[in-house]
Amino acid sequence: MSPSIVLLLIVALAVLAFQVGKARAIAVVGGHREVRNLHSLPGHYGLLTAMWCAIPALFVFVAWVAFQDNVLTRLVTAQLAEGQQPIPAAQMSLMLNDLRNVVAGSLPASSVTEPVRLAAAEFVRLKRIAGFSLAGVALGAGILALLWVRARIRPDLRARNEYERLVEWALFACSAVAVLTTVGIVLSIVFEAGRFFSIVPFTEFFFGTNWSPQMAIRADQIGSSGAFGAVPLFVGTLLISLVAMVVAVPLGLFSAIYLAEYAAPKLRRVVKPLLEVLAGVPTVVYGFFAVTTIGPMLRTIGESMGLTVAGESALAAGLVMGIMIIPFVSSLADDMITAVPQSLRDGAYALGATRSETIRQVVLRAALPGIVGGILLAVSRAIGETMIVVMAAGLAANMTFNPLEAVTTVTVQIVTLLVGDQEFDSPKTLAAFALGLMLFLVTLLLNVIALYVVRKYREQYE
Amino acid sequence: MSDKAVPPVREGIRTIGQVTVPEPVFACRDVNVHYGDKHAIKDVNIDIGRAEVLAMIGPSGCGKSTFLRCLNRMNDTIESARVTGLIALDGQDIHDKRRDVVQLRARVGMVFQKPNPFPKSIYENVAYGPRIHGLAADRGELDEIVNVSLRRAGLWEEVKDRLNNPGTSLSGGQQQRLCIARAIAVNPDVILMDEPCSALDPIATARIEDLIDELRESYAICIVTHSMQQAARVSQRTAYFHLGDLIEVGETKKIFTNPQAKLTEDYITGRFG
Repeated sequence: MSPSIVLLLIVALAVLAFQVGKARAIAVVGGHREVRNLHSLPGHYGLLTAMWCAIPALFVFVAWVAFQDNVLTRLVTAQLAEGQQPIPAAQMSLMLNDLRNVVAGSLPASSVTEPVRLAAAEFVRLKRIAGFSLAGVALGAGILALLWVRARIRPDLRARNEYERLVEWALFACSAVAVLTTVGIVLSIVFEAGRFFSIVPFTEFFFGTNWSPQMAIRADQIGSSGAFGAVPLFVGTLLISLVAMVVAVPLGLFSAIYLAEYAAPKLRRVVKPLLEVLAGVPTVVYGFFAVTTIGPMLRTIGESMGLTVAGESALAAGLVMGIMIIPFVSSLADDMITAVPQSLRDGAYALGATRSETIRQVVLRAALPGIVGGILLAVSRAIGETMIVVMAAGLAANMTFNPLEAVTTVTVQIVTLLVGDQEFDSPKTLAAFALGLMLFLVTLLLNVIALYVVRKYREQYE
Repeated sequence: MSDKAVPPVREGIRTIGQVTVPEPVFACRDVNVHYGDKHAIKDVNIDIGRAEVLAMIGPSGCGKSTFLRCLNRMNDTIESARVTGLIALDGQDIHDKRRDVVQLRARVGMVFQKPNPFPKSIYENVAYGPRIHGLAADRGELDEIVNVSLRRAGLWEEVKDRLNNPGTSLSGGQQQRLCIARAIAVNPDVILMDEPCSALDPIATARIEDLIDELRESYAICIVTHSMQQAARVSQRTAYFHLGDLIEVGETKKIFTNPQAKLTEDYITGRFG
């Protein structure tokens, strides 16, 4: 019996429980006319019963599905090992691999050794049994819970309050999933980064200027000693982000000022959403725009001015990234400018300030913290941006501040380090986690500062 | 400059009482304001004299704030507002195309209902007007203007040690006096006050009222207020507005003790409002 059918059965059971609970509530109070004497509406008793019925059933279901394969594999391997000499770990893992492939049907049963084939058959048999017992246990738990709640239903049972508390817990559980996932990701990055730093010293990573993460696979391999100085990556990231901000901050800010202060409401209603559409364009589209249009264009312009521009340059990537983050700057700045109270503008106008004086000296001044917050968010977005730089900035870890040359960024290197077959104990692979940790910390810091600044500003005028 | 260009008040206006004064600062003739379809001010004729406080009273929505905002053309910032009629400052039409609204507002200061200091330091708040109008040749003169303005607004003693603190760090009453200092720093002829005490506690209100009385010597002041006691305390003339009409104008004492119009009497005796 497949898990999805079990899930459907649980849902059906919950629906049944609702009806049972509701009917029971009406029955204990003595019919429809007497529902006023119930503490809560009959529906609340139904909901309470359904929730109590579904929770244990779902709990069993989730736990079972999560651990089933593990437990089954263990049972089967115990059988495999039975009566033989202990199997070495490497061979065991090979056998397990075969076993999984046979079970999944991607490897014909005839191509594996006899014990593995037997084990695979056993695995399939156990899995069938497990399916049925899952249904039995999960539904059993649900039915038991149903009966328990049904027995508790009396007119003075505070069903609404209990139901609402359960809902509150369910909501809490949902938010906990998101938070715990984040914590898990961070922990895994920290852990792997720790392994990296146990091989490569901090000082080399943070102060080394040579990035060449190729590791020798054989001892006699030449030229792949591996160098993990991340400074060129930081410089490249910084350079591209800088170019992007030089594009995005003035364009975004000025368009926000125009939209908020000068544009007719009609125009604003059309232009603002259009500008925000920029944020919805997939970054890979920006990427090939950078590669196929901006890159060659810059090269032609550069040649006509006697400059050598690399086909993949920081400038091309930065320009396109700048265009991409314009809406982040403009949208937030626009919100902040609009949030400046009219009374401040009136105060300035009443002193005889012109429109431009009012905007420059009063409105922007008041909106400044919010605008800075928006810019910081845009910076953190630029630093974390991957697709555009992968496509347009190049892979060469050049240590340069010349935007016409190819540079590489932290995100690009993470991608290249993890693409393809990797061994997870090589510093080359682990370096990706160290870089990821850096990226995470920097963007986290920027976001925290930005949110703090924005929130502080908002409190001021509300 | 003289008021010769301003025509006399035409016959047959409905306003009761003496609407003109000799040598007025402001002379308003048949002023009408429309907000879209709404006729907010109807044929208002009134003069505002020098060195006097004119109080404008009336129930909510009667148009007194709208009329006040006509005097420094603040209604320009409202898209749907349309102002017609003659408003003359020292005999010159303020809507004259040859004159600029910036010059007008430099001569007609305004204090708002809610204190609205700029997000700048106390010093910069007061220095803002003189700066944009180029009234000070150097830093020394600017310091002097700020000093004098804060003194006149009765705020100097309280803030002299913290001129660089943000204006928003002051209490509500102090903020309002800062806004008054900001307005008088550009040395206007008239100060318009739109319910300047409605957001303040009684003690801060009393200070502002004392201040208004002192400022009267140098400026014509036009104040909109909801408090009849305040109008009686600070003003020399009172104008009563009702649903966009200017019902009655006269000496404050007379308006409050012996109103001529039935509507005025009903309002000040508290029958509605």
